[in-house]
Amino acid sequence: MYTETQVIRNNTKVTVDGALDGTGEMVINVGPQHPATHGVLHLVITLNGETIQKIEPHLGYIHRSIEKMSESLSYRQFIYVTSRMDYLSSHINNHACAMTVEKGLQLEVPPRAQVIRVLMDELTRVASHELWWGAMAMDLGAFTPFFYAFREREAISDIMEETCGARLTMNYMVPGGVMADLHPNFQRRVKDFIKLFKAKIHEYDELVTGNIIFQNRMKGVGVLSAEDAVSFGCTGPVARASGVKSDIRKLYPYEIYDKLEFDEVTETAGDSFARYMVRMGEMHQSIRIIEQLIDNIPEGDFQAKTKAVLKLPKGEFYTRVETARGELGVYIVSEGGTTPYRIKYRSPGFSNLSALDHMARGSKLGDLMATMGTLDLVIPDIDR
Amino acid sequence: MRTEAFKEYISSILPTASYDESGEWLNVLVTPADWRNLAEKLRHSEHKFDYLFCLTCVDWKTHLTMVYHLSSTDHRETIVIKSNLDRNNPEIETVSDIWRTAEFHEREVYELFGVKFLNHPDLRRLILTDDFEGFPLRKDFEDPVNMIKL
Repeated sequence: MYTETQVIRNNTKVTVDGALDGTGEMVINVGPQHPATHGVLHLVITLNGETIQKIEPHLGYIHRSIEKMSESLSYRQFIYVTSRMDYLSSHINNHACAMTVEKGLQLEVPPRAQVIRVLMDELTRVASHELWWGAMAMDLGAFTPFFYAFREREAISDIMEETCGARLTMNYMVPGGVMADLHPNFQRRVKDFIKLFKAKIHEYDELVTGNIIFQNRMKGVGVLSAEDAVSFGCTGPVARASGVKSDIRKLYPYEIYDKLEFDEVTETAGDSFARYMVRMGEMHQSIRIIEQLIDNIPEGDFQAKTKAVLKLPKGEFYTRVETARGELGVYIVSEGGTTPYRIKYRSPGFSNLSALDHMARGSKLGDLMATMGTLDLVIPDIDR
Repeated sequence: MRTEAFKEYISSILPTASYDESGEWLNVLVTPADWRNLAEKLRHSEHKFDYLFCLTCVDWKTHLTMVYHLSSTDHRETIVIKSNLDRNNPEIETVSDIWRTAEFHEREVYELFGVKFLNHPDLRRLILTDDFEGFPLRKDFEDPVNMIKL
């Protein structure tokens, strides 16, 4: 792979075993099929002994050209494609797109729909962080946490299945509100889930957070300074672990977030453990938001009345939301037709990945898994 | 929003810049030759636009337009800079040393739109294979194999 992509410059010859002549350096491929990349991410790593000299990500193995596809889909249809970007935050992706179309149409969303949307977003965030927690522990060699995480995640998937009809790519948010009303069981099952979560979350801390092996593998590993986090466009828990206040729900509140009580979880160390602690804290904050709303869902319409065919006026519309991974931006350029002229998805994973090389340089190859695990990369979100 | 102050500040650097306030944020249109100079001033002046949160390109069939969404983490201001490029020979100076995030985003625009970023440290393809022909996000791109249009 490396000869084709010109990793090696200065006409250095490569010997049979991959070592570069005369430099003591070696080029290895991590991926495209590797258990720790959670998808088809290909990293070409230049090593000197065990020390990482350079990481070059090669993307595109699941690039589906969602931006190009969206150009020929109507303003109702393109939202469904975006569930397939960051599939662990599909509600929030749909939400961002629906909000952009609403901004263009200057459409008011009924209060009931706003509350349902926020509830779904926060449930998604908990589910996403649960999966991240299990997968990250697995990257570092512990298999059991994965099953603990899926025990609670399963409860959220069941709630989603009842109301949205799907467990992963929900496609529930539409311009003007949500697609269908809540299932009659929704409130009871969410309350059951909160009870389950509160009864079990201490096990997470006992299994992983307080574990000295995990702490030693994560503390001081993959450090990112606040200034670099901003420069690399890092958002979400990655930026907040470096002390950058970047929560879109706080900075640019949308829907009813400005009326809710929750804290923006930040750390200052900027290492893998800080990113870990931010996500653990965010789960509690999401549960706090759900608790505030679950008994206060207003009655009324779940969807505003819209025309059968949506036409956005000529202009540009940009919306940002906070997904489980960071800031998702949807940029629509409209020429006044029924389809977008150009759509750009500013995905959080793409920018977060770009900082990987900077974070991992000079560290050991074994530490890369901790750094990558706490970046929480979802490859379809990076490739789009 | 300190729109007037920004207009005044940018006019003092680039008298030729034109403005559009119809959208959510102030849009500034600059020539590709002026962009690099303005970018450095925006990043390092007291306005401190340190966060480039979106970098993309739009194909208008007659020309390409680069779109930079900038924001400052201190002042929470947002500004949009645009620059029109010649479609046959699109070239603009890189800003990847000012905002590191631009390195990847410029590589993406390079392969999907064919824009050349001058002085970019590592302008290679990121997503597409090395033998791929054409620029997929341009409007005249046709793919005979994969369905990308309905």
